[in-house]
Amino acid sequence: MQGFTRILEEIGSIATFSGKVFLQLFRRPFEGRELIRQMDETGTKSLVLVLVTGCSIGIVLSMQSRGTLARFGAEAVLPSMLALSIVKEIGPVITSLVLAGRLGAGIAAELGSMRVTEQIDALEVSALQPFKYLVITRVLACVVMFPLLTIACDIVALLGGYVEALLSTGLDYRQFIEQAFSSLQLSDVLFSTAKTSVFGFLVSIVGCYSGYYVRGGTREVGQAAMRAVVIGSLLVLLADVFMVRLSLILFGS
Amino acid sequence: MSEFQPEILIKDVHKAFGERKILRGVSVSAERGSTLAVMGGSGTGKSVLLKHMIGLMAPDSGEVWIQGKRIDQLRGSKLDKLRLRIGYLFQGGALFDSMTVEENLDFVLGRHTALTAPERTEQIHEAIAWVDLPHAAPQYPAELSGGQRKRIALARAVILRPDILLCDEPTTGLDPVSVRNVSNLIMRLKAERGITTVAITHDLLCAEIIADHAAFIFDGKILAKGTLQELRSSENPQSQEFFG
Repeated sequence: MQGFTRILEEIGSIATFSGKVFLQLFRRPFEGRELIRQMDETGTKSLVLVLVTGCSIGIVLSMQSRGTLARFGAEAVLPSMLALSIVKEIGPVITSLVLAGRLGAGIAAELGSMRVTEQIDALEVSALQPFKYLVITRVLACVVMFPLLTIACDIVALLGGYVEALLSTGLDYRQFIEQAFSSLQLSDVLFSTAKTSVFGFLVSIVGCYSGYYVRGGTREVGQAAMRAVVIGSLLVLLADVFMVRLSLILFGS
Repeated sequence: MSEFQPEILIKDVHKAFGERKILRGVSVSAERGSTLAVMGGSGTGKSVLLKHMIGLMAPDSGEVWIQGKRIDQLRGSKLDKLRLRIGYLFQGGALFDSMTVEENLDFVLGRHTALTAPERTEQIHEAIAWVDLPHAAPQYPAELSGGQRKRIALARAVILRPDILLCDEPTTGLDPVSVRNVSNLIMRLKAERGITTVAITHDLLCAEIIADHAAFIFDGKILAKGTLQELRSSENPQSQEFFG
């Protein structure tokens, strides 16, 4: 019972923290330079990880699916299947999970270290609004960069899938592109990519919350980082269920 | 507030974290331009008391007056405005470790003054020369020794020329030479700028150099006040044990 109460308290605190983010979002000062630096940290420095992940997924998906499709005589639909599964689901979710690991832990550890070494207090006593400087910039950076990184992941995954298909069956690239894109609708692409902004919001909120309120020392910072990854990843998966349901309501199957 | 009210006035402040009572009715004051050393062992509530003086913590009851304003009741821009009149030297320095020394100082200066970049650079170089580390500008905090970090943190704390300086264990963990260096810098601030200082410390050497007045805190209560000499000769057993 005590554990359940603690979970409810934690959910309430994260909700309050999120509310504070929304309230502060449109108030001055706007930390433009720090936002750009965070976008670089979030985006540019995660790009290689996302590209490697995307490429690997595309290749593996292509290899695994061909055999199964061949069994049903449906090998020709491989490009469509790749495009649909990557763009609508695998790309956004895998990108967000990978980023939840990298950024969730990174944000929590960085802010946690700043808290225990009193750097956040130093910002506060210098009248520098640490919440705006540290939290708002990171949340905004994640909300903006998650979709962009997802697009990069989708492109590379499709490319990986095509290269695998080319090497295995000599599939013509025009045929691949035509089939892949004919199966996709603009609403699929837009919604699936845009939903990663929500994932970015959740991952960054949990990371910031875990780090910002750390009490204690290095052990607690480590625990905060781990908690940020676990909760962030779970929230991505849970939110995906809701988002998919929402997309079905809005756009049909 | 009357014009005779001290620069810093703490009245009957109580603070508890859960069941644990940290401050139990602390009252203490510091006159303008004076240096007060609040002394006591570890875990007696010294740092908590100092955090009340800059609004990082709010008392459960009691009043915290800074320059005639109740800092414990201020919020938002009013609190920020008062904080700019106060410099705070953290125990570990609390320098921003992702920034160089120059960036650390510029970060504060750039956001609270209308100085141009060259003017700021000049002021920063003056500040780090004042703490006798003229070549530290491009270095990161991790590249500095403990004593150097404390001196740069002091330079950052007073870069906006505050009226009040609050020091949390300014010399803890430093060798005797560094203790003298940092303590002498605090003394110079008083002599050159008339700054009011409250230093939380258990370092007798530091207190001897900087303190006009001292207060001895034990178990969340001020047990003795006066000059350092008076505290040394206090008949209070805890005070006698502390001062040896």
